[in-house]
Amino acid sequence: MWIIGITLITLAIRKKYEPLLLVPIGFGMLIINIPLSDLMKEGHLLWVFYHFTIDRWDILPPLIFIGIGAMTDFGPLIANPKTLLLGAAAQFGVYMTFFGSLLLGFNLHEAASIGIIGGADGPTTIFLTSQLASHLLGATVVAAYSYMALVPIIQPPIMRLLTTKEERKIRMKKLRNVSKLEKVGFPLLATLIICLLVPNAAPLIGMLMVGNLFRECGVVERLSKTAQNELINIVTIFLGLCIGATMPAEVFLKPQTLYIFFLGLVAFCFSTASGLLLAKFMNLFLKDKINPLIGAAGVSAVPMAARVAQTVAMKEDKHNFILMQAMGPNVAGTIGTATAAGLFITMLIK
Amino acid sequence: MSIEIVAPMPGIVAEVLVDIGDEVSTDQELIFIEAMKMEIPICSTSDGKVKEIKVKEKDKVEADQILIVLG
Repeated sequence: MWIIGITLITLAIRKKYEPLLLVPIGFGMLIINIPLSDLMKEGHLLWVFYHFTIDRWDILPPLIFIGIGAMTDFGPLIANPKTLLLGAAAQFGVYMTFFGSLLLGFNLHEAASIGIIGGADGPTTIFLTSQLASHLLGATVVAAYSYMALVPIIQPPIMRLLTTKEERKIRMKKLRNVSKLEKVGFPLLATLIICLLVPNAAPLIGMLMVGNLFRECGVVERLSKTAQNELINIVTIFLGLCIGATMPAEVFLKPQTLYIFFLGLVAFCFSTASGLLLAKFMNLFLKDKINPLIGAAGVSAVPMAARVAQTVAMKEDKHNFILMQAMGPNVAGTIGTATAAGLFITMLIK
Repeated sequence: MSIEIVAPMPGIVAEVLVDIGDEVSTDQELIFIEAMKMEIPICSTSDGKVKEIKVKEKDKVEADQILIVLG
């Protein structure tokens, strides 16, 4: 386990793979596996952090979402609401893998936690797994963050396989300007609609949208800045350490961890593919064709997945810019994965 | 006839790769715009000579803003 912990830290430093998370996670893994250090024994330091902020009350992931909301510009989604569908399609991998995991013998709660990796959204994975299958927390979270870091390696081959050269060359219209009224109205309306439909998504969606309201309303810049910087940084420190600390060797070094990594990868590939395929399907009906590459950005790794869409498009045509268009499904993916998590909780707990 | 190279999206000018008077060819990278923490090369749409550079590094640009004029 020391080796795995140090490997994660090395990857973070050398390759810049999600360093903000992998550094504290790697360190947490290391320190928890030192005999007699006992930091995860009831009443000890990391146990207290973990027990009260994740295990018992599950408050850290929603806190992260305040920061994400404050950092996210939903403008590209508002300008092109069709892309909401692409963000939703990319959740298909989540459900596919849910059923796949069931077939492999995981129980309902475990299968949901593994499937959600396909959304490529770290905080949501933590939120769901800690409620449904907390013994898998370490494995699902490390898998989710690893695949987020590997988006630029995993996605392009799938994107090239499922699209033609002509499709990758499709140029999209520039996004229209979005008014302030729309930007302020969006978090309010989205909260109302999603929380009425899927009440269990309220902790994540509610916090995401309040963060976004801070950002867009223009009168609480102090709160918006704090949410984007200090708040999310502090929460990330505790979150990373706690997640690392959930991985003592006897829990992590099991064959099921390998299954989880494998299934997570499958989920992620299916999510990418389903976004691409829905975009192609939509093109059968649309007059202004969309570049199917932006469908792959429906996985919620923001903004990496959108950047990958841009990079792949630019390989075919140096003058094609779809980055902002790809941000639409990308931010929709965040909403989609959080909603999918809420649905799982509704189905499996209530 | 002069050709305008415009910003395809809002962002920040990360690097200007050409000087006034430079001969440039189609698809040559002229300028890097940073958007969503990604540096995107803006390439020339035709052959020509750089007549005017309207932005400098660290400038904030809007979509469709003119960056470089080729003459």
